[in-house]
Amino acid sequence: MSAGHVAPKSLYYSVFLALLIGTALTVAVAFVDLGAMNNVAMLTIACVKALLVILFFMHVRWGTRLTWVVVASGFFWLLILFSQTMSDFATRGWIAGTLK
Amino acid sequence: MLKGHAEHFPGSIHQPPLASNVDAIQPGVHIEHPHHPKLQHHFDDMGQQAEASTLGMWVFLVTEIMFFGGLFMAYLLYRWQSPAAFQEASAHLSIGWGGFNTAVLIFSSLTMALAVRAAQTSESSRTQVGWILITMFLGVVFLGVKAIEYTEKFRDHIVPGPYFDATKWEHPAGVEMFYSLYFCMTGLHALHMIIGLGIMTWLAIMASKRTFNAEYYTPVEVAGLYWHFVDIVWIFLFPLLYLIGRHYHHG
Repeated sequence: MSAGHVAPKSLYYSVFLALLIGTALTVAVAFVDLGAMNNVAMLTIACVKALLVILFFMHVRWGTRLTWVVVASGFFWLLILFSQTMSDFATRGWIAGTLK
Repeated sequence: MLKGHAEHFPGSIHQPPLASNVDAIQPGVHIEHPHHPKLQHHFDDMGQQAEASTLGMWVFLVTEIMFFGGLFMAYLLYRWQSPAAFQEASAHLSIGWGGFNTAVLIFSSLTMALAVRAAQTSESSRTQVGWILITMFLGVVFLGVKAIEYTEKFRDHIVPGPYFDATKWEHPAGVEMFYSLYFCMTGLHALHMIIGLGIMTWLAIMASKRTFNAEYYTPVEVAGLYWHFVDIVWIFLFPLLYLIGRHYHHG
C-alpha cells in the first residue's frame, strides 16, 4: 500500500535543512537588486521549497498516480486563473480605443 | 451487487435470490475475515480506506489552493498596477519577524512529519503525543509573533480603514491596498493555523488513548497533510509580502 511507505528520519532532516537553506537564500537574494529577476529568483526558491514539502513531508513521492493527478490539477487550475486573468489585464490598451 | 445477482440468475434480475444462497454467502464473510475495528464497512481493507481518505484530503486541499489562489490573484493584479506602492509598503514589514516565523513553521512541518512517522511505526503514544505537542507549541509561537506584528500595525495606523495614516506614505492608496491584502492573506492563513491547532488537540487526545499504530494512522496522516499545506501557503506569503521592498529607494 503506497500510503504506508515509511520514510527514514534522515530524509526528513535533510528536507528540513534544505528548506532552511532555501529560506536563508531567499532573504539574501532580496537584498541584492536584480530588477525583475528578484521576483523570478524568489518564486523559484519558493516553488522548490513547496515541491520538497509536497513530495516528502506530504508523501506524494510515494503516492498513487491518482494522487499525483489530483495534486497537479490543483496547481494547473491555479495557473489558468493567473494566466487568463493577466492576459486580460496586461493587454488592456494595446489596441487604440479599448479600455485601459 | 447487481452484477453478482445477474450471474446467479441469468436472464432475470427480478427473481429474488434463494434463501439458501444468501445464507451460504453472508455469514461466512464475517467469520472468515475478522476485520480491524476502525475499518468502515464500505471499504475492502485498511489500505483502501487509508488511500481513499488521503485522496479525499487532497481533493479538499485542491479547493484550498483555489481559496488562497483568489487572494494571490488579487495580489498579483494590484501589484501589477502599483508596483512602487507595494515595494514601499513591503519595506515597512519586519523581515526579522517574518523570517523567524518562516523558520518556526518549517520546523513545525518537520515535527509534524515525525508525528506521522511515529504513528506509522507504532511508536509509543508518549512519543506520538510528544511530537504533536511540539508541533502545536510551534504553531502557537507563530501566532504569537503574528499578534505582535498585528499590534504594531494597529499602533502605527497602518491598518486600512478610517484610522489609516495616509500622510507618511508616498503612494498611500497603493500602500493601503497592500495592507488590505496583507491582513486578508495572513489573516486567512492564521485562521487556518488556529483550526489546525484545534485538529491537533483532538489528535493528541486520540494519540494519548493509543488509537494510532502501523495499521491505523489515517487521522494523523490527513491532519499532517493539512498542516503542511498551511506551511506551503506561508512559504509563498513570506517572500511576496516581506521581501519585495528590500531595495526600495524613495524618490
